[in-house]
Amino acid sequence: MIQVSKLQKQFGKTKVLKGVEANIQQGEVVVVIGPSGSGKSTFLRCLNLLEEPSGGEIIFEGNSITDKKNNINKLREKMGMVFQQFNLFPHMTVLENVTLAPIKVKKMSKVEAEEVAFGLLKRIGLEEKAQAYPNQLSGGQKQRIAIARALAMSPDVMLFDEPTSALDPEMVGEVLDVMKKLASEGMTMVVVTHEMGFAREVGDRVLFMDDGIIVEEGSPEEVFSNPQNSRTQDFLGKVLRC
Amino acid sequence: MDFSFLHKYYGFFVEGTYVTLYLSFFGVALGVVLGVLLALLKLSKNILLKSFASAYIEIVRGTPLLVQLYIIYYGFPRLVGMDFEDITLGIIAISLNSAAYVGEIIRAGIQSIDKGQMEAARSLGMSQRMAMINIIIPQAFKNILPALGNEFIVLIKESAIVSVVGIHDLMYNADTVRGNTYLPFEPLIVAAVIYFVITFILSKLLGLLERRLRAGDSSI
Repeated sequence: MIQVSKLQKQFGKTKVLKGVEANIQQGEVVVVIGPSGSGKSTFLRCLNLLEEPSGGEIIFEGNSITDKKNNINKLREKMGMVFQQFNLFPHMTVLENVTLAPIKVKKMSKVEAEEVAFGLLKRIGLEEKAQAYPNQLSGGQKQRIAIARALAMSPDVMLFDEPTSALDPEMVGEVLDVMKKLASEGMTMVVVTHEMGFAREVGDRVLFMDDGIIVEEGSPEEVFSNPQNSRTQDFLGKVLRC
Repeated sequence: MDFSFLHKYYGFFVEGTYVTLYLSFFGVALGVVLGVLLALLKLSKNILLKSFASAYIEIVRGTPLLVQLYIIYYGFPRLVGMDFEDITLGIIAISLNSAAYVGEIIRAGIQSIDKGQMEAARSLGMSQRMAMINIIIPQAFKNILPALGNEFIVLIKESAIVSVVGIHDLMYNADTVRGNTYLPFEPLIVAAVIYFVITFILSKLLGLLERRLRAGDSSI
């Protein structure tokens, strides 16, 4: 579904991605882990061109996303994204947040979009918050709404950029539960996270990134129980100690 | 103090107030339109457009309104080879001036919106334009309303300057009444009160609008 080859990105003189190779299959949950500054978020943000790659290629469903001939807005419709800071639209109600893109981008009727929205809100258990404003919600609720907002466009793949890192500990669970449910329904997901438990339980494949490249990849079992690379061993040793 | 002249001359003040309101309203309206344009130019990636907007803003902010008014009043008709009514030239001068200030206010307002908002909008498949209209500008507008209101109030007061080129606004007519009545002081008090009432009402209305826009911000 997504093929990444020789992906490079530099900010000024700093090389953040130094040739990332990855292949994401339909229906797969790929979890990207690694120390901060390793380029995981940048990698994810390149996938839907929020960051413009400096080199290499990304093919999504057969279309090169860096090719200027392809309409990036069309491709982004098929790639939902969930951010660390939620980025809900604060001047709109929850319902408006979820229905805006389907109405404006997909030209869905308001009635139809609201039907879809209520279906999604029900799935995440926040139906009664439809008329609330984002500021009236807890962090966990906000992030679940952000997931619903992305799902409203019925994307083929969902990208998660550290979706639980800005949450209070007691709210992490509710967001992970929504993600688990999504994974079990067969959604293709790429998740950048520090939640090793989630990576182990839900991930089909784990990519370990360090210093701008994918150092090691494999099933969660392989990577967590028997890491081959010394940098992976070092990282896991630090984060799994507790 | 003797205000008995009002009985005979109140018409001057009514007409002057009308002209001042007319001038300010169109000055503000045109100024906002041009200001939005300037803000967008300044935020554009095109170096040429950007430098044009920056240069324009710097020049307007760096020269007195009085000088700008004279330049427009005497220079503009010659430049385009057409005659204009005095009041039209007054509106042009005021709006060209306020466009620079409004442009800066709007630019700052747009830039104050967290860039995650644009990213979220784009990630949902919205075009840059769509995201600007639906997500960024509504939020920016709310943030800049106080500054914008302040600019409108300044503009109404500063519009008094057009009296120097003979536009019959409130200030000009107050002067006329001073001349006719040989009262140096009282007509100015009347003008000041009228200016104050106009700006005070505007300030209250803006406050009301601001509170209404804040409705979505209430948090638990």
